[in-house]
Amino acid sequence: MTAYILRRLVLLVPVMIVVGVVVFALVHLTPGDPAAVILGDRATAEDIQRLREQLGLNDPLPVQFARWFGDMLRLDFGESIFLGEPVTRALLDRVQPTALLTLYALLIQIAIGVPAGVLAAVRHNSPLDRVFTVMAISGSAIPTFFLGIVLILIFAVRLRWLPSGGYAPPGEGLGAHLQSMVLPAFALGFSAAGLLARMVRSSMLDVLREDYVRTAWAKGLPERLIIVRHALRNALIPALTIIGISVGALLGGAVVTETVFTIPGMGRLVVQSIARRDYPVIQGAIVAIALTYVLVNLVVDVLYVYIDPRVRLGGE
Amino acid sequence: MAIVTSAGPRAETAALSRAPDRSRWAAGARTLFGNPVTIVAAVFLLLVVLAAVFAPVIARHDPTFLDPGVRLQGPSAEFPMGTDDRGRDIFSRVIYGGRVSLAIGVGVTLAAAAIGSVLGLLSGYFPRLDTPIMRTLDGLMAFPSILLAIAIMASLGPSATNVFLALTVVYTPTVARLVRSTTLVTRQQPFVESARSIGMTDAGILLRYVYPNGLSPLIVQCTFVVAFAIISEASLSFLGAGVDPETPTWGNMLRDGQRVLQVAWWLALFPGIALVLTVLTLNVLGDALRDALDPRGRGR
Repeated sequence: MTAYILRRLVLLVPVMIVVGVVVFALVHLTPGDPAAVILGDRATAEDIQRLREQLGLNDPLPVQFARWFGDMLRLDFGESIFLGEPVTRALLDRVQPTALLTLYALLIQIAIGVPAGVLAAVRHNSPLDRVFTVMAISGSAIPTFFLGIVLILIFAVRLRWLPSGGYAPPGEGLGAHLQSMVLPAFALGFSAAGLLARMVRSSMLDVLREDYVRTAWAKGLPERLIIVRHALRNALIPALTIIGISVGALLGGAVVTETVFTIPGMGRLVVQSIARRDYPVIQGAIVAIALTYVLVNLVVDVLYVYIDPRVRLGGE
Repeated sequence: MAIVTSAGPRAETAALSRAPDRSRWAAGARTLFGNPVTIVAAVFLLLVVLAAVFAPVIARHDPTFLDPGVRLQGPSAEFPMGTDDRGRDIFSRVIYGGRVSLAIGVGVTLAAAAIGSVLGLLSGYFPRLDTPIMRTLDGLMAFPSILLAIAIMASLGPSATNVFLALTVVYTPTVARLVRSTTLVTRQQPFVESARSIGMTDAGILLRYVYPNGLSPLIVQCTFVVAFAIISEASLSFLGAGVDPETPTWGNMLRDGQRVLQVAWWLALFPGIALVLTVLTLNVLGDALRDALDPRGRGR
């Protein structure tokens, strides 16, 4: 187990190097002088020179990269050009909405995806199964931001039940907080639920054919017990991988969802920073989100090995 | 010697696999078109493609013509999907938007399939190249895909070409991984070994035996990549980091539509529905293709 974790940690090194190179390259991919691009047309030559100095653009490229990579490992992304504060500070101020939105969306994904998948598998080839399959396919066809817009149209514009956007931190009242998060979390979680439901369904179908499930039927155990205690517990193991992968999709989707619902999180900051050409912020946020995604998947994979002894014994 | 070569592995495998192969394709075609849902999806997609190709004939108005006299009009006979806040015909814009979506979806898929196939074949066939190629692609896959696309767009600037470039970078690793995994399996097959034993070059083996064997999962994957790329393009444009905001695309229209959502629902709804239906039919076709090409999954 320890060896496995160590091996996985070693594999993180090349991944982080590639992440570093890609995010470093972002500034240098800009057509022309990045400093001139950031400052726009009205900048004087002096301003541009000062910014080049601040961004360290005058040094040779390898030196710039070494410095950037070292800073990245210490999670130091320099000063935001627009906000006038350290990028790390700006990101920390906006972590909460993004983290909570992703978490709620994940919970909604599981709350919809697992029961739907189980029901579809247990009633295999029934009308219910077909309805769920159609819903799962259409769910993944609806982009988060369009589902968000439709939800705003129905629940905010027509019915006026929920706010059309904005964010209330949980510290200022749980009711208002949940109200502000219902629509975005549902918009984000629903399409991800389709993928999970399909995965749970197919792994349930596999498990239900296993000998020990037949034995459980033969013993005369009640259906509920067989499905929940014997089948589902094993069927959820492959579903765990999907949940790990989903976190990436949810974090990415949060960027878009925050813009739809004007939630002041990291994603909205990234989008706003594009127009402001605030590259240090874009770089910092992207590294932070990629790092979170990589670490979540590491944890999921380790859990997977921990839960399923076959993986451990069989090697990789 | 020439006789030995021509009667080599190719003839042998052909003799072994011809009969089951044909019935497999026939069964595949039966699965593919035996389902009415698949036929409906195929017909719908065909209509979308035709509408995009013949957009100038179908659209009754110039999609970029501003007519302040007809701002924010609801759907009517003259404007079947209404007009936007600058008096442009939504229906015409939806039709023209389909051009951009399809062009980017198909273009990205072709480019990602080409580059990803080369990388996947190299990585799966030559063990020495495997680690550098796959570790690099793993690094690219460490970014949530839309985020990587946003990052690239942030430095390149908004334009359709840049969306194409960014999304090609995003979707190449998935294709490469798939091709690599089928290559790893095929490489071990006896017919590859026999091809090598008669002195076929690696390039010949890869192109004649290895690549064709992995083609059907790749085709299925490509269908989904078209769908993903279309969603991603719309998302990027919606965020203002995609195609130039003045170009009619579904993502740009949704962005314009959300601004006036409180007063006019049709601005966002129609391009959104066009987007969902296109992606949905692509997903349905991808599923049907998978069932048709992969006999193990049939009946699931």
